[in-house]
Amino acid sequence: MIRFVCLCAVLLLAACGDRNPAAKPAADPFPSTYKPPESGAVLIRGATVLTGIDTRLDDTDVLLSDGKIASIGKALASGGATVIEAKGRYLTPGIIDVHSHLGVYPAPGVWATSDGNEATAPTTAEVWAEHSIWPQDPGFQAARAGGITTLQVLPGSANLIGGRGVVIKNVPAVSYQQMLFPDAKRSLKMACGENPKRVYGKNGGRSPATGMGNVAGYRAAFAKAASYRAKWDAWNDKKAGAAPDRDLGLETLAEVLRGNVLVQMHCYRADQMATMLDVAKEFGFKINAFHHAVEAYKIADLLAETQTCGALWADWWGFKLEAWDAINENIAIVDAARSDKGAGCAIVHSDDPNGIQRLNQEAAKALAAGRRAGLAISDEHAIAWLTANPAKALGIQEKTGTIETGKAADVVLWSGSPFSVYTRADLVWIDGALRLDRAHPDAEPDSDFMLGADVDEAAAAQFAAVPAAAAVIAVPEVPEAAAPTGDAP
Amino acid sequence: MIRRHLLTGVVIALLATRAEAELFAIRNAVVHTGGRAGTLTGATVVVRNGRIEAVGTDVLIPEGVTPIEAHGRPLTPGIIVAHSHLGLKEIDGVEETNDVASEQKRYSAGLDVADALNPRSALLPVNRIDGVTRAMSAPDAKKGGSLIAGQGAIISLAGSLAEGGNWIVKPRAAMFAALGEQGREIAGSRPAAFAAMREALEEARSGGLRLGDGLNGDAQLSPLDVEALKRVLNREMPMVLQVERASDILAALKLADDYGLQLIVSGGAEAHRVAAELASRSVPVLIDPSRNLPAHFETLHVRPDAPAVLAKAGVKFAFIDSDDKGSHNARNLRQLAGIAVANGMRHDDALAAITLKPAEILGLSNVLGSIEPGKIADLVLWDRDPLEVTSAPDRVWIEGREMPMVSRQTLLRDRYLKRLKAPPAK
Repeated sequence: MIRFVCLCAVLLLAACGDRNPAAKPAADPFPSTYKPPESGAVLIRGATVLTGIDTRLDDTDVLLSDGKIASIGKALASGGATVIEAKGRYLTPGIIDVHSHLGVYPAPGVWATSDGNEATAPTTAEVWAEHSIWPQDPGFQAARAGGITTLQVLPGSANLIGGRGVVIKNVPAVSYQQMLFPDAKRSLKMACGENPKRVYGKNGGRSPATGMGNVAGYRAAFAKAASYRAKWDAWNDKKAGAAPDRDLGLETLAEVLRGNVLVQMHCYRADQMATMLDVAKEFGFKINAFHHAVEAYKIADLLAETQTCGALWADWWGFKLEAWDAINENIAIVDAARSDKGAGCAIVHSDDPNGIQRLNQEAAKALAAGRRAGLAISDEHAIAWLTANPAKALGIQEKTGTIETGKAADVVLWSGSPFSVYTRADLVWIDGALRLDRAHPDAEPDSDFMLGADVDEAAAAQFAAVPAAAAVIAVPEVPEAAAPTGDAP
Repeated sequence: MIRRHLLTGVVIALLATRAEAELFAIRNAVVHTGGRAGTLTGATVVVRNGRIEAVGTDVLIPEGVTPIEAHGRPLTPGIIVAHSHLGLKEIDGVEETNDVASEQKRYSAGLDVADALNPRSALLPVNRIDGVTRAMSAPDAKKGGSLIAGQGAIISLAGSLAEGGNWIVKPRAAMFAALGEQGREIAGSRPAAFAAMREALEEARSGGLRLGDGLNGDAQLSPLDVEALKRVLNREMPMVLQVERASDILAALKLADDYGLQLIVSGGAEAHRVAAELASRSVPVLIDPSRNLPAHFETLHVRPDAPAVLAKAGVKFAFIDSDDKGSHNARNLRQLAGIAVANGMRHDDALAAITLKPAEILGLSNVLGSIEPGKIADLVLWDRDPLEVTSAPDRVWIEGREMPMVSRQTLLRDRYLKRLKAPPAK
């Protein structure tokens, strides 16, 4: 109790010192403290390189230095770099998953860790997924073993507007700030369809209860955000008088309207997506990607025209009605669409702690389905579904997502073609630091949560000499009356 | 032994109803027989009246038969899903179509899913064109509902295309129930779930009288429950228990010991920790080889190389998909088998874990699960390695009938591919 009072006093003093520090938004109240560890140069020699920019470079060397891809070519001089012989192996950009709930719906999944949906109101633009991230989620490490170097952690889809998502580097950390992708924009998670109307209408007896209620909800929120933004923009212009009151939710939405927060929207049905593209147009924001979008193939042309990515599963379907029309060729068809504005942007996403470990296999399934349907897709093209395209949807394409000189040294060396069930990520570098070495799994620290899981096994050797019968003596006789009367054979 | 023959007799009876004589042959295939012959290159398979007549490299094509040329592609037995809800649910989120779990009673042992199975489920074509030919369709235990969920049935994914419409190959094929976390969710605690299970079995054994002298309270089981559980007690039907944690598996083994149950462990995340106990009782395990995260406290010690540990200890296992209980994407069972290979398992063993092993565990192996003379011709001809994620079946036969390679999904694909502005570059 005393401690609690003291803490309050300190807070009050601090507040008094700087008349009203929280009156205006800080540039970034939760700045990244991520720093890649010092690492020496690495020369990956003789790999098959899928660059992410539609090219395949056979028998090619890639030099990683100072956290960047320093050079790409044939017979590069090692110059003191650690040399990795990669003949017969594939080098790709690090895999980027644009849709993850690692850390916010971690393993183990119990009430105490269930932090992904602030399902208390249909619009909760004020919450940030990062404040729910538990960095000890064992799923991060498992994802790293699948070649995941960057991921976007999003709030769930219970709400029309679920809050801010965040882009992180997949590195071991104690605080999430140590994982934050430097200078990556936050996102706004929005959701179409059955989830919000089920959570609020069906289960909560309140709006939205219908598809039209959903759309009214987005529009009402952005109408408010537009005036909030105007008020603040006017004040920022002149800085005259008292600053307007802050509203954390409207602040997020105003940042969407300014283009500083990128919209990532959960939508399954084609008609819902078409509606949302109109809503976005009405209020002047851009939807960077539709997530899940099992019917994206029905509007592939519209997505290409509006340059909206489809972040998709290879084959999930049927768990609810809006997921009923899924087809295995969804990703390939979104990819194949063409428009005056550019080509279709297809992304393979997971939304799943198991799927994220094998995103390459999911891409392989989508690729194979597309080819069987007659679409010409090369391996070097399809790798972009896992790398360059998600980087584009997250606005980090200048920094990562391709193997090009000057880009971050986020790369994966695979045991073979990444489009095979048998292939494993052998080595994973993030900003030039080796973060996974399959041959030396013990070199990487386990999540704190997993520590001690095998404490008995570690000690068991000491007891190996004790005869097994000794344990039986300790078990009391079961009284006859309570004993099962089993007369089975 | 006699009982086992009675069970498979159901399958044999189906064949007797076959009207027309059908004869065909597949030549030049790499035949993964799954039997003693192993894998045969350049082999021929002859099928007559839905049964495999001959398999081998020196088999003659019967006179008048134009063989199907396999061009050296792999031919495998059809995939068998040992735990699914196929035919029992269409869309999880549309409750009108979802009959997986009873929500009314603690005990639904008398429930028989065969009464509700739908042969025209859209899930059947989606999965059979990807090589799945048979499945156990099982009821689930559920919070607020049944601890003993009821009786599952073995179905043919031919569905309404099955010979004579007989697609329910073996009704009342296994009893399903839960202990562990799921059991405690229903009964209130782990020991309460265990006690509830004992109560039910005792009551069934006494012919419907409650544990003790029958005066301590009303019977909890209906006559149908009693009848069904008696079949479990008589080992006419296995009991599939959903258990994960090592200690819960041991509890299940104790229950099996005490009541002489023919136990099958489903889930078994920590089965590798009690492999010796499982092996000594010949209790098989239905396991997902891709799981490696402690998604629940009861699966803290799950590990992807568990199948190897089980195999070494002599535990029989088949692969299941723990996420979706192998329903909408039962077709991905072969991906799980491929993942097991990537984790060090032999290819033949991984293929067996989705064909012959589930057949053995479900008591079907004298008619299904391998490509051997006398067995039912559930065959899949693949374009390449069936465990690879980029492969797909060219052709699928169930009981010798060639299945159309069409599903609602392929029809949607064809409709929208035509509308795409960028034409396919063939």
